[in-house]
Amino acid sequence: MASAKEMKEVLFGPIFANNPIALQILGICSALAVTSKMENTVVMCLALTFVTAFSNLFISIIRNHIPSSVRIIVQMTIIASLVIVVDEILRAYAYSIAKELSVFVGLIITNCIVMGRAEAYAMKSTPGLSFLDGIGNGLGYSVVLLTVGFIRELFGSGSLFGYQILALASEGGWYQPIGLLVLPPSAFFIIGGFIWVLRTFRTEQVEPKE
Amino acid sequence: MSKKNESLGKTLFVVVALCLVCSIIVAGAAVGLKPLQVKNAALDMQRNVLDAAGLLEPTTDVVAVFNDRVDTRLVNLNTLEFVEEVDGKNPTDYDPIASAKKAGLGTKLEKSNDVAGIGSRENVTKVYFINNAQDELETVVLFIRGYGLWGTMFGLLALEPDMNTIRGINFYQHSETPGLGGEIQNPQWVASWQGKEVYGDEMETVKIDVTKNVTSEAHDVDALSGATLTSNGVENTFQYWFSDAAYGPLLEKIRKGELNNG
Repeated sequence: MASAKEMKEVLFGPIFANNPIALQILGICSALAVTSKMENTVVMCLALTFVTAFSNLFISIIRNHIPSSVRIIVQMTIIASLVIVVDEILRAYAYSIAKELSVFVGLIITNCIVMGRAEAYAMKSTPGLSFLDGIGNGLGYSVVLLTVGFIRELFGSGSLFGYQILALASEGGWYQPIGLLVLPPSAFFIIGGFIWVLRTFRTEQVEPKE
Repeated sequence: MSKKNESLGKTLFVVVALCLVCSIIVAGAAVGLKPLQVKNAALDMQRNVLDAAGLLEPTTDVVAVFNDRVDTRLVNLNTLEFVEEVDGKNPTDYDPIASAKKAGLGTKLEKSNDVAGIGSRENVTKVYFINNAQDELETVVLFIRGYGLWGTMFGLLALEPDMNTIRGINFYQHSETPGLGGEIQNPQWVASWQGKEVYGDEMETVKIDVTKNVTSEAHDVDALSGATLTSNGVENTFQYWFSDAAYGPLLEKIRKGELNNG
């Protein structure tokens, strides 16, 4: 059994020290698409964390029986099944959010974080640690997405979770929303800024000059 | 990884077993959650109808308003009579769009008549009659659809009792380019439809025009910039659905008060 320290490292490491988006630059596509509203962002984060954790768990359980010639397909099958289940659950219990997330829930299948962790970690580690690794990477993804979503919704639409925080100029208030933040490319700038701030505090993440 | 994992038998066994387990889980989720999803889809359609009619506020109790004020009826577009049920389905469950493609329930359109590019039209359509608090007819909501740039745009159109003035429009499902053609859902553009008149003064020709040069306050809607084909698609949708081949005679009948909520 892994030591408590190792478990802690696996779980919390990916949040800042080894963040899948900020350091490994994985899974950016969905980070751009679903972060214009906090509500969607939170659901997407939960969905991705769930899928990463359980795909890691199941893949790790059968890792000693997966023939290496078909291992990627086996991983994909497990991930795809989990994503379909998540999609069905969302459409049953959170229909309007499912409609807005539309294809991006399905695209979790191709999210590099899920595949990356399955191949790089779950294939070699015990189920317990793999599960924690999945949750940890889900959290790392969530931290970035929630930051981006927070900035985009607050300054792009003046609201958080749909509640108006800043009174909009168009409705007689004082705040002129930044239209750019509603559009997907703005997430690039915010992620860029996030990485910059992160690397300022954690200088070991800065890549050496070539 | 051990050697025996790589044998053909083991590989086949793992793949088949995995597929079996996964398919059971996926099928279980799909079947088990189906009733809830159908309910959600119905609720979503009710919300779309109220949205088109301008009755949807963030706090609106959709089900209550719908049950209280909306009368869902089926109308045969060929005989212009109300029908109680089609293919064993009552007005709530009937889906006109799915029926258009079914034999006996829909009619295939000739290429030359198919202005909106929809392929086939349903024989019986669903019409939502919305009453005001005094139980008088306030809005009629109709299904419209037409081909845009990438696919069919499905919409609901709300008309005032004169069957000519537009109260609201809601393209609830489409696959146009986000940011360009996708702006057909933009609230500002949607609002620009309000008060426009579909027909000319004699109720003969379809006058509504989605155009770059707005000349007529009553009939012209500003086209979406960067989305000419989507804008054309919207206009074709109107050209088709308000022609005599589709809703024209029905609207005429409602206008004269011969088809009322009786």
